Amino acid sequence: MSVAPPAFDAINYPMECPDVNSLWAKKYILALQNITAVFDGFKALDLHAFAIEHNELRVIIGPNGAGKTTFCDIVSGKTRPTTGQVYFDGQDITSLSEMAIALKGVGRKFQTPTVYDSLTTFENMELALPGNQNPWRNLIHKHSVDDREKIFHQLERVRLADDAHTPAKYLSHGQRQWLAISSLILAGPKLLLVDEPAAGLTDAETVLTAELLLELRGDHTVVVIEHDMDFVRQLEARVTVFNEGQILAEGSLDTVRENEEVKEAYLGR
Amino acid sequence: MSEFNQSSVNRAKRHLVIMAVLGLGVVPLMYFIGLMPIETVNMLGRYLCFAIVAVGLDLIWGYTGILSMCQALFFTVGAYGMGMYMAHQYPSADNPLIPQSLYVVYPYDIGQGKGEEILPWFWWPFKYFPLAVFFSILVPCLMAALVGLGGFFSRVRGVYFAILTQAITVAAFLFFSNNDMFLCGTNGLSQFRTFLGFDLGDDKLKLIMYLMTALSLLGVVGLCQFVVHSRFGRILVAVRDAEPALRFQGYKPHHFKMIAFAFAGAIAGLGGMLYTPQMQIITPSNMAPIESILIVVWVAVGGRGTLTGAVIGALFVNLIYSWLTSPISIGSVRIWSPDFWPILLGLLFIAVVLVIPTGVVNMKMPAIGRKKEVEA
Repeated sequence: MSVAPPAFDAINYPMECPDVNSLWAKKYILALQNITAVFDGFKALDLHAFAIEHNELRVIIGPNGAGKTTFCDIVSGKTRPTTGQVYFDGQDITSLSEMAIALKGVGRKFQTPTVYDSLTTFENMELALPGNQNPWRNLIHKHSVDDREKIFHQLERVRLADDAHTPAKYLSHGQRQWLAISSLILAGPKLLLVDEPAAGLTDAETVLTAELLLELRGDHTVVVIEHDMDFVRQLEARVTVFNEGQILAEGSLDTVRENEEVKEAYLGR
Repeated sequence: MSEFNQSSVNRAKRHLVIMAVLGLGVVPLMYFIGLMPIETVNMLGRYLCFAIVAVGLDLIWGYTGILSMCQALFFTVGAYGMGMYMAHQYPSADNPLIPQSLYVVYPYDIGQGKGEEILPWFWWPFKYFPLAVFFSILVPCLMAALVGLGGFFSRVRGVYFAILTQAITVAAFLFFSNNDMFLCGTNGLSQFRTFLGFDLGDDKLKLIMYLMTALSLLGVVGLCQFVVHSRFGRILVAVRDAEPALRFQGYKPHHFKMIAFAFAGAIAGLGGMLYTPQMQIITPSNMAPIESILIVVWVAVGGRGTLTGAVIGALFVNLIYSWLTSPISIGSVRIWSPDFWPILLGLLFIAVVLVIPTGVVNMKMPAIGRKKEVEA
């Protein structure tokens, strides 16, 4: 009695009854069903159905106020949706706390890169290591040689190894972006929500950032939220366009760029 | 511990050694060769008690960013614990069950007469020295944990938490001042005679208490240095810098905050416990809101987030306090009145904030033979 996985439709995801054991959960790592987020009567997000496949690299674009960051907030548990359910890895995570969602494997980089200013680059990375969240164990815990190598490997990748012992407050904006992304990569969550990784970066820096994200393709699910079209092009990924809290179009970058509605949303009415 | 914070670990160790040499070497030596009267040793002992609380506050304020306005409350609760033990050493002549301190202000029930006093249940454990020590530390620790549970778990942060702790302090102040609470009201605990077999006027007791306090301070500083140099300590700093970000990495910042806060509460209780035998009186005025603010001032003056700064600040402010609250005259002209003290304290605080915002401990040293250090 095998149930065929529901057909994938560009926008109308079949979301009738995603239950934990269904094949449905095996195909998609993240699924949002009937999600609305209403702030003071303003509907910031209204997604009938939205899903991300396992190990997919997905880009979400959209004009300001389209609900991109609200989407991140809802998935990572920062904001509770007004209605609807969020399923992650076959489980309903709608009512879980940020901490619980993070421990289940959702990592997030914020729009403005949050790093711990007084801690050094290395220490920032050290805190990102997974599996060390218990308070008491941290009193005696020391990172292993293996951890150290992993950290330095990643830092070298983003040319931060020389600044490993510099407090993060002395880093430039681009370096902070990379540190935040590196922390996220080091933590190795199943799903990475990367909010505007290229904001404020030079063109050369943008190229490296795109490379970093592309390297994750294949064994991590990555959702990138971005404005920068050149950057999105480098990612060569499926693009979802949000507008006014709803999905406007979905497909390859070139397809959505040809879409009349998308043009209108971006250029104004 | 990684190689790059080795320098700060070494510096911490150096500071600990300097403190030990000054506190356990220089001061007792000066006393024994007659350069320092026992009264000064006793005074230093009391100020070291303040330094202990200040170190606890530095851990939660300097490192973790929690501004607490109730450290004096925890201090006084610890002091009351030891005070109750000492009060038991001087039972009333009329009713030997009741300490004299309590007897003079006993809140009689209607129909209750002299000689019918009943020792309240919470006075009993404090008859025994080990229990008194245990509860003097445990009770403030649990109180702090409770405040943390209420505040941190409901995500009360920053200035709101400071206001919350301030309000708790005022409530506790009124509670302790109330005579019906069997805590001797505004009189506080003061009728003491002996402590651990010593007469209270005994110079030996004063010296021993000083040494105990100095040892405790070193222990507390050492323990806090261990905490701040552990990964736990780096997470505390992360809480200060970007608490929400920690949550998205799966950390529960409120747990870390509560543990640190309860630890600081226990430290404050320890300080208070050592204070009573040296001051020989403890009243609710020791937990008045102003007292907690003073502790914040000590840490700010000394330098936040350094531990050593808290010790320096507590000693520095209190020593000039003791110097400047006695009238100074040149010939027959009085040039200084104790009444000027609060003004000076205010000016000092403003001066520190303006001139050395990172505290006395971070003042620029002559840069000869010294590597330039990154500001903390």
